[in-house]
Order: sequence, then structure tokens, then C-alpha cells
Amino acid sequence: MTEYNFAYLDEQTKRMIRRAILKGLAVPGYQVPFASREMPMPYGWGTGGVQVSAATLTPDDTFKVIDQGADDTTNAVSIRKFFENTAGVAVTEETEKATLIQTRHRIPEAELTEDQILVYQVPIPEPLRFLEPRETETRKMHSLEEYGLMHVKLYEDISQHGDIATAYAYPVMVQDRYVMDPSPIPKFDNPKLEMSAIQLFGAGREQRIYAVPPHTKVVSLDFEDFPFVASKANHPCDLCGAEDSYLDEVILDDAGNRMFVCSDTDFCRSRRAAGHVGRLGTEDAA
Amino acid sequence: MIELDNVSKSFTLHNQGSAIIPVMEGATLKVNPGECVALTGASGAGKSTLMRVIYGNYLAASGRVVVGGLDVAQAEPREILALRRETLGYVSQFLRVVPRVPTQEVVAEPLLAIGVDKAQALERATGLLERLNIRERLWTLSPTTFSGGEQQRVNIARGFAHGYPAMLLDEPTASLDATNRDTVLSLIEEAKARGTAIVGIFHDAEARERVCDREVNVSHFTPVAA
Amino acid sequence: MTPLLQVKGIEKHYGALIGCKDVSFDLYPGEVMGIVGESGSGKSTLLNCLAGHLETDAGQVIFDTRADGPVDTLQMSEPERRMLGRTDWAFVHQHARDGLRMSVSAGGNIGERLMAVGDRHYGNIRDKAVDWLGRVEIAESRVDDRPTAFSGGMQQRLQIARNLVTGPRLVFMDEPTGGLDVSVQARLLDLLRGLVREMGLSAIIVTHDLAVVRLLADRLMVMKDGHVVEAGLTDQVLDDPQHAYTQLLVSSVLQV
Repeated sequence: MTEYNFAYLDEQTKRMIRRAILKGLAVPGYQVPFASREMPMPYGWGTGGVQVSAATLTPDDTFKVIDQGADDTTNAVSIRKFFENTAGVAVTEETEKATLIQTRHRIPEAELTEDQILVYQVPIPEPLRFLEPRETETRKMHSLEEYGLMHVKLYEDISQHGDIATAYAYPVMVQDRYVMDPSPIPKFDNPKLEMSAIQLFGAGREQRIYAVPPHTKVVSLDFEDFPFVASKANHPCDLCGAEDSYLDEVILDDAGNRMFVCSDTDFCRSRRAAGHVGRLGTEDAA
Repeated sequence: MIELDNVSKSFTLHNQGSAIIPVMEGATLKVNPGECVALTGASGAGKSTLMRVIYGNYLAASGRVVVGGLDVAQAEPREILALRRETLGYVSQFLRVVPRVPTQEVVAEPLLAIGVDKAQALERATGLLERLNIRERLWTLSPTTFSGGEQQRVNIARGFAHGYPAMLLDEPTASLDATNRDTVLSLIEEAKARGTAIVGIFHDAEARERVCDREVNVSHFTPVAA
Repeated sequence: MTPLLQVKGIEKHYGALIGCKDVSFDLYPGEVMGIVGESGSGKSTLLNCLAGHLETDAGQVIFDTRADGPVDTLQMSEPERRMLGRTDWAFVHQHARDGLRMSVSAGGNIGERLMAVGDRHYGNIRDKAVDWLGRVEIAESRVDDRPTAFSGGMQQRLQIARNLVTGPRLVFMDEPTGGLDVSVQARLLDLLRGLVREMGLSAIIVTHDLAVVRLLADRLMVMKDGHVVEAGLTDQVLDDPQHAYTQLLVSSVLQV
């Protein structure tokens, strides 16, 4: 693979991105601008995450990519192949074996360790965007800690739906300072944002990088009388029987039959390998 | 209570060749508590002008206009406002109110402005409206659509809501029937008994006779045309 | 008594043009001051300088703060000034849509200032929002409607509720009745008068409508070409104007 520089990006660009990452780690939750590059894939396919991964990968890393928790979707497969080709790193689908995990819309079910890095693909990094379209104003609000508006959004949720209906990209307060969009992960995953691994967030189109260092305090915003609840579908996984994992709903036929399965495919596979069986699972399905 | 010393007033019409029109000169007047002084003189002699100068509505050109110890000719706006709230009442010939405000609140407003409890203020207001024969079903309506006589009585009720120590009355009995006229004169007598110093314009000679202690002819203050 | 606001020598230039110059006055608690003048006279420029929306070239705007007494707001840091703008100060824009969040419900609009100062109890916020809707005469049933579904007069009343919910002590108003029907204007004026008296508010109202200042303002300042040409008691300035321009202004009003 000598026709690519290691991990596709040139060394100067990787240094620039690393500086942004370090700044992001130093100021948890703060959105650091960076000079996002054109990548050989369209915006919306994870160009921000890919650039952060490229700047973070070393030849000794083992790389894993998930999209909505799955290793086998087009997006995940393409990005995994991309770094196999351009960096020649080892790849895996097993969460425990990976040292660098790039993700879209999920945090793996398995608890991550301090030897791992989780890279998120972020479509819109600004949590205040939908209420205040002016970037100059949202930056000022962050710098002055004026976050009343964030609660206006939650207020609107309750007044319209009777409860906080925001189910994903649920805003959090990082280390009592910055309000952050955790990327469109389900709010079920929010409590896991306080973890041992390093978390890096890359938004390619919006040219922003931000980070949550290990063991950082991350609090989901809420009201005293409407506290945050990390909700999920009230079912066990139909394949592995897990009661505590985030589930995808799958329509089975036109008769209205459906099943719920773990969105984290590696988690589900490893449980079935260990002998757990759900309602529709079979011993030999794994 | 009300004391004018050598007061003069002129209007400068900047947009009409800067014509200067002197309207009052050497006006001197003293009204004691409990005294009612009637201003007399022909139309245009300056009765209303003098009242307006005392109220601070017109700016005196020179002299002193002391009401309750405050020189209105020199005072700051907020001092005059406080004077009008607490000390000096004015019943003009015309009712000027915010449209849509119910009559009883219009009457109670001077009391509310000095911090009287709302229920108490409304009670006093309705008492006055009753005395002045304003029908109860009008109390919750705005007086802007009332007849001239009704508006006049609402105006008087408003003027007498708070027991001011000094009052200016501009033809308070004009366009009133005998009963209401009598009520108004009684109100004036009651105010005098409380010690209110009153300056008024009364075209109605009988009324003047009944409530006024003396007359001052303002034509003495009218500048002689040069 | 300490003035709530002491304005000293405010000056603002637009290049070689004078926005306003040498403006000084004291405003005491509970006083309502009107600023009148024709378009371009500098009255809106002055209001925006006072409220800190425009940078001034010279002068002081000293506000009697609750915590530290009189402080020059022009020397305050931006966070301090913005905090003041959410708590003790309020600004009512001529166009309600400049002062409202049009994509947020009426309740959310009113609640924003409460949440901005740390209120985190949905039930309380909503109760206060409903209470304020009532005070500005908007039906409780409209609490979850967006202001886009409101009439102009309702939007303006909503803007007032949104501003007054935190109990400010000083309200800046830029043509609050401009662009409204006459009948709606009267209702709004009545409402403002009541609120000013009940809450002991001080207010500075910029308008070109002399009828509005006669009904609302205790004091009046007349501006022309960026200068204050006359100031005093409202009825005195309107009934016995001293300056040529004020005389022209007063005599130009159509009588009905």
C-alpha cells in the first residue's frame, strides 16, 4: 500500500487535526474548529470521523467500525476497507479486541476501557442550532454559558408531547461547563458517555472537533419534575435474550409480525456464542 | 397653601415670525388652607392660563408659584409629579383617559397612584359615582362614550377621589343639572372643611356665592397692550 | 433617592454624521420617560446606546444595580451586561418578531428568561407562563401555540409578557404601538400603564406618536438631529412647548 500516505491524509494535515483533538481534550465539550479536508466519500458518510480516525491511528492499532451498532452495513464496511487499504491496520468486529472504534449513532454495549478510543461521526455539532440559527450568537452563548435556550427545547418537547420526546442527540452538559451534542446516539446511550475510553467527535462538513476525556462528568439536561430517563424498547432481544441492550425493531411480514434485536451486532453475536437464546433465536443461528 | 408672587407668562410663537405674546404679568395671589378663591374676568383674561401655571402645565416666565412649599416654576418634573399625586388636584373641563379603562378604575386611579389598596380605592370610587348619579351599569364601561354631562361628573368624581390639600377647579358645575350641581358644591364644601385650599373658575354666580370666600379679577394681571 | 438610571453625555457618531450627542438625564424608580422626534432624529439610536445594543462613542449609562449600587453599564463586561439584559432590564421591540422566537410556543417564549436565570422546574415555568398570558390578556389555551399563529397585537402583548416575567426594573420600548390598529393600541397602552403601576417599573419609550406619550409618559424628551431640544413634564412640553421644533411637532398633529 505504498501509493497512499499512512491513513490517507498527509502528515501536516494529521498534525493539524491532532492539535484540534488535543485542544478538544483540554477543553471538554468545546467545539474546536479545524480545516476539514475533502475526503474520497461524500459528506454525511462520516468524513469528520474518518479524519479524526486517520489522525489517531497508528500501525499497531486494531480498527473497528460500526454504523447504528452494526459492523456489516455499507457505511461501516466501506470505512473499514478504506483504512485497511490506506493504513494497512488490523481490523476486527469484536469490541474488546479493537483499540480504535469509529461509530455512527451508537455506543457499543460492552464497557470500553482506557486502552480504547471511540470516534463519533457527527452531522451537526451545534446543540443550539435549531433554536438559534446564527453561529455568531451560538458561539457567544457557549462562551458566556447562556444555556437557557437549551431548556426551551426540552420545554417545547414536554408541552407538545407530555414528556421529553427527544430520543436521540439528547443534549448533555460536559464537566459543568459546555453543553454538547453527543451526536445522534439514542438517549439510552447517554449514561455511557461517562466512560474510561477517550471519546472524540468529528464533524467534517461543519469543520468541528470536540472531545470528552476519560472519566469526565457528563450530565443529560432535564427538569426537576421531568428527570432524564435512558429509555429503550421494553423487550428482550429476540435473538440473544438480552434485557439490557438497545434494540432495533424489525418488521417480519405483512401480517404485522415483528422482532426486536440488539442493535449492537457484536454484542448479540458474542452472547449467542456464549449460549444465550432469545424468543426467535436458535442454538445454531450464531 | 397656594402662593403666587409676581408671576408672568408669555408665549413665543417660533413658527409665526417669533411673535411674543405676553398673556400675564404681575400675578400675585395667596390662598390659605380651607379657603376657596374664585378667579373672575372676561373670557380671554387669563383665568385658565393662571390655573395651568399653578398646575405646572404652563411654564411661568418669571416669578414664584409655590404650592405646598414647592416652587412649581422651578421644580424638576418628578417633584411636580409627586406634587400632583399627593397635594394638588385638578378638575379640568375635559376628561382625558386611556380608552377602554372602566369608569370605576378611572375614578380610583388617583388613589391607586398613591398606593391605596385596590378594593378600598374602588369602594371610594363607587361611592362618589353613586353620589354623582352615574348609573351603576356604566361603572364597568369606559367613559369615552358617555354624554358630556356624564363625562363631566366622572371627571369630578376622579378629582375628588383623593383628598388633596390643594385643588384647582375649572368650571366644575358647568352643564350639570340642579341635583348634581348641588352634590358638586357639597363636595367642594366638604373639601374646604378638610382644609383644602381651592382656586376655581365659576361662571355660575350662585355657585360662586355659595362656596367662594373671595374673588380675584385676573384682568388686573392682563398685560396692557403696548 | 438614587436615580435608577443616570445618563451622562451620551454621544454616538456614524462616521461624520451625528447619531446623538450630549444626551444627559436622570430617571427615577417608577418614572416613565418618553422620547419623541421625527424619523432620523436619533431617538432609536439613543435607545439602543442606552440598552447596550450599540457602542457609544462617549458618555456613561449608570444603572443602580441591586447588588453593587450605581454601575456604568457601558464599562461592564459583556456577560454582566447580557445578564442585566435578562434580569433587571427588558427591551420591547417595535416588531414583535424581533423580540420573540417565532418557532417556539408562547409558553416557551415566556419561559426562556426564567430558564436563562436557572429555573429548572417545568411545572413552575409553565404556571408562570400561563399567569403572564393572563396578565397580557391572552387565553390560556394559546400557551402551546406559536406566535406565528397570533395577531400583531397578540404578538406584541406576548413580547411584553416574555420581557416582564423576570420582574425587570427598567424597560426600554421602541415604538411599542407602532404598526398596530388604533383599537389594539389603546388596549396595549392600557395594559402597559397598569403593568408600569403595579410593578413599579421605570420605562423609556421611544415613539413618534404624541398621543402615546401623553397617556404613558410622565416626562418627555424631544429630539431633533441627534440633540435633545426640549425636556420636561409631558403635558407641559405638549401644551406649552418652548422650542421652535416642539411647537412645530405639536401643531402638526392631526386632531380628531
